[in-house]
Amino acid sequence: MDDSYINCSKFQTKKSSLMANTDIIIHDEKDNVGVVVIEKIIPNQDCNCWVMENDSSVQIQSKNEISLGHKIAMIDFKEGDTIIKYGHDIGKVVKSIKKGEHVHVHNVKTKKW
Amino acid sequence: MEIPKSFLGYKRENRRVGTRNHVVILPVDDISNACAEAVANNIKETFAIPHAYGRLQFGADLELFFDTMIGTGKNPNVAACIVIGIEPKWTKKIVDAIATTGKPVEGFSIEGAGDIETIMKASRKAQEFSQWASEKQREECPLSDLWISVKCGESDTTSGMAANPAVGNLMDKLEPLGVHLCFGETSELTGAEKVCATRGATSETSDKFMKTWSDYNDFILKEATNDLSESQPTAGNIAGGLTTIEEKAFGNFQKIGSRKFIDVLTPAEEPKKGPGLYFMDTSSAAGECLTLQAAAGFNIHLFPTGQGNIIGNAIEPVVKLTGNPSTAINMKEHIDLDVSKILKREMNMDQAGDELIKTTIRAANGRLTCAEVLGHKEFIMTKLFRSA
Repeated sequence: MDDSYINCSKFQTKKSSLMANTDIIIHDEKDNVGVVVIEKIIPNQDCNCWVMENDSSVQIQSKNEISLGHKIAMIDFKEGDTIIKYGHDIGKVVKSIKKGEHVHVHNVKTKKW
Repeated sequence: MEIPKSFLGYKRENRRVGTRNHVVILPVDDISNACAEAVANNIKETFAIPHAYGRLQFGADLELFFDTMIGTGKNPNVAACIVIGIEPKWTKKIVDAIATTGKPVEGFSIEGAGDIETIMKASRKAQEFSQWASEKQREECPLSDLWISVKCGESDTTSGMAANPAVGNLMDKLEPLGVHLCFGETSELTGAEKVCATRGATSETSDKFMKTWSDYNDFILKEATNDLSESQPTAGNIAGGLTTIEEKAFGNFQKIGSRKFIDVLTPAEEPKKGPGLYFMDTSSAAGECLTLQAAAGFNIHLFPTGQGNIIGNAIEPVVKLTGNPSTAINMKEHIDLDVSKILKREMNMDQAGDELIKTTIRAANGRLTCAEVLGHKEFIMTKLFRSA
């Protein structure tokens, strides 16, 4: 794993059994992005995130409107950083991203080509 | 859930079991489509499988053509088969190979006779086959007679979160019962290829996988005029939130659960190492992939989708599931199982896997899938290179 790899297990986590609604799902505790699972989240929304792998939960405030299935940054990223999802490298950051912002083709590219 | 031990299938002469009882009119080549379709129109409970190729192919491309045609005729979902081609030689080659299964098959060539006489002769034989097949009854068969192929399409991030891991959960539960399983999509494992290779059951299998993937990747790099960003991920994938081919690949890969694959198959190759999971070298285009898996003998297909792919197959029933709540509502008529409750945490993966097993067995028992009811009979030849 390269040095831009950031482990998000340092987030404050708590057991999520009593959590009411899940707005964002995070696959693996190592992931630094989450996926919106409600129709959309709006700017400055306080969102509940569920980490599937260890059934814990974290909170995040969104900065953008992000629709179902799209990703949110769980940490600040600078150019060249690596996006981790499913616990694996899924591409590089090509434009800096702030925690809570939309992560997609405008700021992330494949490392394959 | 206690997994049912059996399903109701059609026992064939070669001891394979069909989930369907099709009587197929198979044209050998593009110019025989009209004749095959006329026969299917004459004789009820039969259908033609028209396609665009079968002329002037050569080398490996011709071999794959024959494997696809012969495998389709041999598939246990086909009760009986009429083969119609322009020339007798290739027609006979396909008929003789299908006949090794012991099922009724007869070939007709058009050259020297013309369409009308061929249609008449072939229709008489098709009538005989159709009436013969109509007396076949479903019988109780062990679950191990299921050969399940999988492929996902119009994927989005919900595919990796819900529908694909639900298929993985089914694989984890059914593989120990002796079911044959198959995944493919060489191109869409790009980005996850090294992790996928570690799932080979032996180092030999892993090496075979990496060689298959590398050969494919070399071909892409040779043919590509730019990178593949325009086609991988697709516009539909990107709309659904998938950003890179790596993200798509790791989502795709959830379909095999925690299974290891026991062999790497060439396109349309029949598995020979017994029950278990196989990887097949296929295109990621749904029509091509399913046609190759059906030609390898798989008798039921599971197709997770995100944004809503509508694919079916000529001979293999295609069971579709989605984890995307919008797709489950807006494209309801295409979705056999809705697992979008996973996103709301109202359903866990174990429950989703169980629901999928139930849906799969109902379809295997004869319940028509959405794709079947809507008339999807895609049959798409994989072409390796241009014809002579």
